[in-house]
Amino acid sequence: MKQRHFEQRHAADWRTFAATLDRLEHRQSAETAAPLPVAELPGAYRRLCQHLAIARTRGYSGALLDRLNPLALRAYQQLYRAPQRRWPVVLDFLTGDFPRRVRAEARLFWLCAALFYLPLLGMAVAVHQTPELIYSVLPPETVADLEAMYAPGPRADARNATDNLAMFGFYIYNNISIAFRTFAGGILLGIGSVLVLLFNGVFIGAISGYLTARGYAETFYTFVAGHGAFELTGIVLAGVAGLKMGWAVAAPGRLSRLEALRRAAAGGVRILIGVIALLVLAAFIEAFWSGNRAVPAAIKYAVGAAGWGLVILYLTRAGRRAP
Amino acid sequence: MSAPALLDTVHPLETPEGITLNLRVAGPLARALAWAADSLIKYGALWGLLLALAFLGQGGFGLWLIALFLTEWFYPVLFEVYADGATPGKKALGLKVVHANGTPVDWPAALIRNLLRAVDFLPAFYGFGVVAMLSNRHFQRLGDLAAGTVVIYREPPTTTPALPPGPALPLGAPLSPTEQRLLLDFAERGATLNPERRAELAELLAGFTGLHGQAGVERLQAHARWLMGEPS
Repeated sequence: MKQRHFEQRHAADWRTFAATLDRLEHRQSAETAAPLPVAELPGAYRRLCQHLAIARTRGYSGALLDRLNPLALRAYQQLYRAPQRRWPVVLDFLTGDFPRRVRAEARLFWLCAALFYLPLLGMAVAVHQTPELIYSVLPPETVADLEAMYAPGPRADARNATDNLAMFGFYIYNNISIAFRTFAGGILLGIGSVLVLLFNGVFIGAISGYLTARGYAETFYTFVAGHGAFELTGIVLAGVAGLKMGWAVAAPGRLSRLEALRRAAAGGVRILIGVIALLVLAAFIEAFWSGNRAVPAAIKYAVGAAGWGLVILYLTRAGRRAP
Repeated sequence: MSAPALLDTVHPLETPEGITLNLRVAGPLARALAWAADSLIKYGALWGLLLALAFLGQGGFGLWLIALFLTEWFYPVLFEVYADGATPGKKALGLKVVHANGTPVDWPAALIRNLLRAVDFLPAFYGFGVVAMLSNRHFQRLGDLAAGTVVIYREPPTTTPALPPGPALPLGAPLSPTEQRLLLDFAERGATLNPERRAELAELLAGFTGLHGQAGVERLQAHARWLMGEPS
């Protein structure tokens, strides 16, 4: 059969098919007035595939192939796309899949916790003994700001509701961006994630050691108690997500390096979604609760302890029973 | 189907139906332009929002920081998942993101490829990203490699070029499908070439047609019309 004849015979089918795809791609309800009912799409697609194969083996012109190839590709994308899932899937994820994934990475979790908390504790003790050490990690202006912020007594710049909102925005922007970079840095053999964990441990340790030594312990710890559990755990888990990728690149095992990376990234990004939830919660508490100095210290500490209890229970117990 | 030429950026994809679909992957330049267009849109919108929220004082600034966070990290993710794989910049350049198996990109993959932008951007202006793109066949930056995605050209609907009018002339000997396609392509694309170039190309087949110059071109076009099935 000559090409002209072939085209004449099938042109109408191809036009109907293209119109159906247009409709599907623009997410109009496919049932109403679609040129082809959805149930007939797979059959029409297979016929198109046959036409494309025939056109190739018979040496029909490039222009015809350029017309059929995109059509087949668009139909392939419609038929083989992953099912669209709705928002409740996030809830299911947070109540089961996320804590399970964290437990599956227990070894990486303890490694990241050590990379974060050991420098934190070491630095806290060291700076508590020798407060001048703080100047080796922070510039003097920052130290002065910190002192002003945590000095006991009524604050000159008492925060009100709109300041709280501003701080909420800042914590979201700053903390979650750091978590994302911790994850991303993991692809460089894990080095990026390790560095972020170490640096954050050192800074937080130095600051808490210094403020304790200066006698500002109560104002500082009542501030950080409320959100600490969620924020610190979030940072450690972002490190887990990143190191998972780094480990896959460094030691892919029986997989190719690329395939190992792909799987680790897919697992890591799911842990990171849980991290986002933890950090949004932390930012909310930090902005609207932690800064409130009217609350007695005992309550602040109790809420902080409850937060730790909640996080530990959640990560160790949630999602153990099959849904 | 013959394998794509070495210089081509075609990524062949075999479907379960046993046919090969050709994806045309996009190179660094087109993607950089799309990125620049997206940056203009993003930062233009953020700037406008900053002016609008300035009236709300401190609280407005907090909202703006949230908007900044969402735009920086989620602008490409949302467009890639919900707008057929393309941010406005990519759409303007005719690009879209798909999985390496040709299917539309989903949430986890879009998140991975866009969060890893932070590393691709290092040490400055996508240094790592460009090096990664130039060292694999499909121009994948690190984020694409980890997510298993490629950026391809969304092919515009083509209009079939008409063969130049004239008589059809049967071929003396049968041609292989590849040769036949070559001849048809020559005739179809003739309109986009100047007469000298057409003659130059036809000259390559002077041994076959026994004709030179414009006569050779017309002979090949006549054969093409016959192959196409036009009345002689």
